[in-house]
Parts: sequence; structure tokens; C-alpha cells
Amino acid sequence: MSTLLQSTPELAVAAGPTGGSLAWRRFRRNRLAVIGLAVVIFFVLFCFVGPLVYHTDQTRTDLHAINLAPSAGHPLGTDAVGHDQLGRLMYGGTVSLMVGIAAGLLAIVIGMVWGSTAGYLGGWVETVMMRVVDAGIAIPALFILLVISAISTPHVLGLIVILGLVSWLVPSRLIRAETLTLKNRDYVLTLRAFGGGHTRAIGRHILPNSISTIVVSATFQIADAILLVAYVSYLGLGVQAPQTDWGGMLSQGLDAAYAGRWWLIVPPGVAIILVVCAFNAIGDGLRDAFAVRGR
Amino acid sequence: MATTLFILRRLLQAVVVVFIVTIVVFCLLHSLPGGPARGVLGVHATAQQIAQFNSEQGLDRPLPVQYVLYLGQLLRGDLGESFTLNAPVSQLIVQRLPKTLVLTLAQAVLALVVAIPVGMWQARRRNRPSDYVLTTVSLVLYSTPVFFFGLILIALLTQVIPVLPSQAPSGDTLAQVFSDPAGLVLPIVTGAAAMVAVFSRFMRSATLENLDEDFVRTARAGGSSMRSILTRHVFRNSLTPVVAMLGYYVPVLFGGSLVVEQLFNYPGMGLLFWNAAQSSDFPVLLGCVLVIAVATVCGTLLADVLQAIIDPRVKTTRS
Repeated sequence: MSTLLQSTPELAVAAGPTGGSLAWRRFRRNRLAVIGLAVVIFFVLFCFVGPLVYHTDQTRTDLHAINLAPSAGHPLGTDAVGHDQLGRLMYGGTVSLMVGIAAGLLAIVIGMVWGSTAGYLGGWVETVMMRVVDAGIAIPALFILLVISAISTPHVLGLIVILGLVSWLVPSRLIRAETLTLKNRDYVLTLRAFGGGHTRAIGRHILPNSISTIVVSATFQIADAILLVAYVSYLGLGVQAPQTDWGGMLSQGLDAAYAGRWWLIVPPGVAIILVVCAFNAIGDGLRDAFAVRGR
Repeated sequence: MATTLFILRRLLQAVVVVFIVTIVVFCLLHSLPGGPARGVLGVHATAQQIAQFNSEQGLDRPLPVQYVLYLGQLLRGDLGESFTLNAPVSQLIVQRLPKTLVLTLAQAVLALVVAIPVGMWQARRRNRPSDYVLTTVSLVLYSTPVFFFGLILIALLTQVIPVLPSQAPSGDTLAQVFSDPAGLVLPIVTGAAAMVAVFSRFMRSATLENLDEDFVRTARAGGSSMRSILTRHVFRNSLTPVVAMLGYYVPVLFGGSLVVEQLFNYPGMGLLFWNAAQSSDFPVLLGCVLVIAVATVCGTLLADVLQAIIDPRVKTTRS
């Protein structure tokens, strides 16, 4: 009887906040994770609200003001074509954050569908689906991204889709493992016995019960995706000028490093490190708060 | 017996995975605008040239037939011809791969030598300030793009305090590469940094798990010092998963070599790949992808087998 009660959505929702607030209390106790959350909020405000306060021209070049060291007029100096670096840091950050977060979430959605389907169906379908995942993991993402970029030049949306398509593999493994433990629970079996469909079993019971695994994995995925965007752009294959992102700002870093123009490499580099650290710290905090295994 | 069965099953799985990888690479080859002909003839080929090439090479036949032909080529070790370097792809890879292997091996050894003691030390001082500091340092290192770390090292050690050369030694043979050890310092340190973060984290948790085991309590009760328990029991037990992890880490090692070699102009497979991407040299790109994928599958297989032989419990938990 109790299993029947558990499977009614109303009660599941009513039980939710208690579990959620408990997890939040545990999360808050992790100092590193709370700092991480603050850092993410700061950078979101910095990149999306900052340009409303600090106006710069990031589309036209200004050849009268190239490679200026930091000064009162340009707090972080200017680059080789005269863009103000503080403004560029905000401008590039919007692309880094948007692409990273969207690609991370896309990867989770694909991984969720693939992993839960494979785990739920079992048998040879599962074997084939998971070997496909193995094969995908065998080809490092960076290499496949370079091949794709040699075929076509991506725009922001294309970049999100491509990054999502190369990074869903690890989450799909985690969610498959979770599905394996959940699919034989009483409430799923009860639903099936009463004639409930497979889609309903996965969508209404298995995935909602894997939510902690999904949230934790999503956080790490976003961290990884932001790093991956940086690599792709650094290698000269990201969004095209005049658009840029933090990795793209670093692509002229080698020249800057030799010329001693530290203000061209340190700010975007530090921004990447801080944001990626922050998402990883949040992920660690969430994992401990939900008591999820993995990574 | 169970171990043999496990190894056989993993071997079969590995073959299947390699097979799927060849399908993926084959699809990539055919998703090029203009197909493989574009890959061979270059971006400026006309439609007529492409059509002629296609009928000459049998590329107008049905895809499954072509795939079988492609597989036959691969089995003979034929990865196609590079059209920018005028050499067979397999020959280029055979030339470059040893240099990449030497570099990544040096990075991995350096990373292990640093990470293992650090991880064990952190486990012993669990939740003390020093543990938190080191955890934060490894989090920062893990979150740092390899190229940014390299750029900072270049700026500091070749410009601000010029003690090291910024370019890796070039040259075709391994002997030429080794003739300039100073030039290898920065590439090795740069690549090792990110690995230290991962390995030390892993070593810390492996040590922590082992410290909770009964044999530690027994040894403690028998009067052994913590130092001798750590070095004689815990170290050995924690080492296996860490070394096996190297096997799972093969794709990351190759990814790192791509960036490090590009940054320091080191003539390995990563630089070959990067240059090929710049010039859309598809035979080289796909040949490298295939080799790396096979290396990854072998690495994972070796790691699984190693763990299964050393620690029979693995079979029940991983499959």
C-alpha cells in the first residue's frame, strides 16, 4: 500500500521541499560551494548587467588605441585592435557562459534520454547503446571538434549543439547506472502492473528519482563545457570576430606573453579559472548535499 | 576461471567498440562537403574532378560496399595519403607518435611522483587546514586550461626571468628531441600540472578508503606506526587504482598533447593534428582520430584487465 502512495505525484511533490531544504542546509555548510555560487552570480551580473553600466565599443576597431597598458581610461588596457579589455571581458563572458551552460544542459538532456532508455530496456539494446557510448568516449572531444570545425565554421548556436553532441557520454553512463537501480523498485513495478506505459515509467518515476544525480552531473558538465569552449576558441575554432569569448581572447595570448602584455592574458584566463572552479565547487557541494556517488 | 571469462568478454567488447569507431570515422569522412573526394583533392577541386575521382575510386558504389572496402584498407594499415605533406598518413603517424608518447609518459611520471605523496599526505591530514588548502589548489589546477597555464609559464620563465627556452626541441628523430633537455622542461611541466590535480584527488580518496579497512586497524593494534602502515599497506593498495587510472586517462593524455605540442611547437602527433586542422587535411585528421581511439580502447582494456587480475573484486563491481 505504501508503495502505491509513494507513486502518486501529489505526495511526491509534498515530500519534495523537505528533502530539498535538507539538501540546501547541507549545501550551505560547504563553504567552498557557497563561495562558488557567489562567484557564478557575480560573473553573470558582470557579463550581462555590466555592459549596461560600463559602455564600450566591441564591434569597431580603434587603431589609435592599440595595446595600451591599463590606465584610468581603460582599467584593463586595450588589445591589438584597440578593444577595451574590461568591456571585452564582459562581452566575451556572455558567449563563454551562454555556450557553456547551454551545451552542458544539452549534454545532460541527451545523456538522460540515452542512459535511461538503455538502462530501462536492458538486453541487447542496452549493450549496443552502451558500446556506442564507449566508442564515443574513445574519440577525445577536442579532436572531433577540430575535425568538425575544419568542415564548417560554427556560430554560437552551432557551437552549443556541437559541444552538447560531444559531451553527453559520461552523463549517459551515470544515468544508466541510476536507472538500473530504480527500474525494479516497487513503485515502477506497480505502475507497470497497472498498465502504465514505459514512457510514463521513465518520465514520471525513474528520471524524477534520479534528479540528484542529474543535477550534480549537470553542474560538472557545465564546468567542463566552459573549459571546452575555451579550448576550442583558443585553438582558433570558436565564434568568429568581432564576436569573441574568453578562450578567443586568449588566442592571441602567445604574442602577448612574449611582448609582456599581461593584461591581455591574465584577466580572461583568471575569469575562466574562477567560473570553472565555481561550477566544480558547486557540483562538489551538491554531490555531498544529495549524497550522490560519482566523480 | 572467472577472471579469464571476464577478460575474454572485455576483449570482445573492445573489438565491438573499435568497429563502431570505424563506422563513426567513415561517416565523418562521408559527411565532408563533397565526400572523401574533397578530402583527397582539396577544397578547390571542381565538381567534374570530384565526379571523375568518385568513379575511379569506386566512391559511387553503395555506402555499405564502400565501408567494407574502407575496412579492408584499414586492416592493411592504409590510412590514405596526406595531401599537404605528400606522404602516407600511416607513415606520418609512425614518425610522430613515439615523440608524443615520450612526452606524455614523462608528464605522467612527473604527475604521479608529485600526486601520490600529496594525495596520501592529504588523506592523513583529512579535514585539517592543510588538506583544504591542497584541495583548493588541485581544484584550481583542474579548472585551469592547459594552454593558459603554459602561457603563464612562458611569460614568467622565458620573459620575466629568462631561464628556459620557450620552444620545444624540434627535429625528426627522438635523439634530436633529447639533445635539448632544457627545451623539454616547460612542455613536460605544463602537461603534468592538470594531471597532478586529478591524480592527487584520486589518490586522496583511495587512501582514505584504505585507511578505513580492517587491515589498517589490525596493524595499528599490532603496534605498527602510521608511517609504516601508510608505506607498507595503504600505498600498495592505493597504487593499483591510480596506475589503472592512467589507462582510462589515455584520451585526456592525447587531448593534452594536442594543446601542449601546439603551444611549444613540439613535433609530435598533436602538432601534426593541429596543422592538419588548419589546412583541412582530412586524411591526416581522420587517421589520427582512428589511432587515438584505438589507443584509448586498448588503454581502457589494459586498465580493466590489470585491475581484474590484481583485485578480483573488480569483476563484481565493474562490468
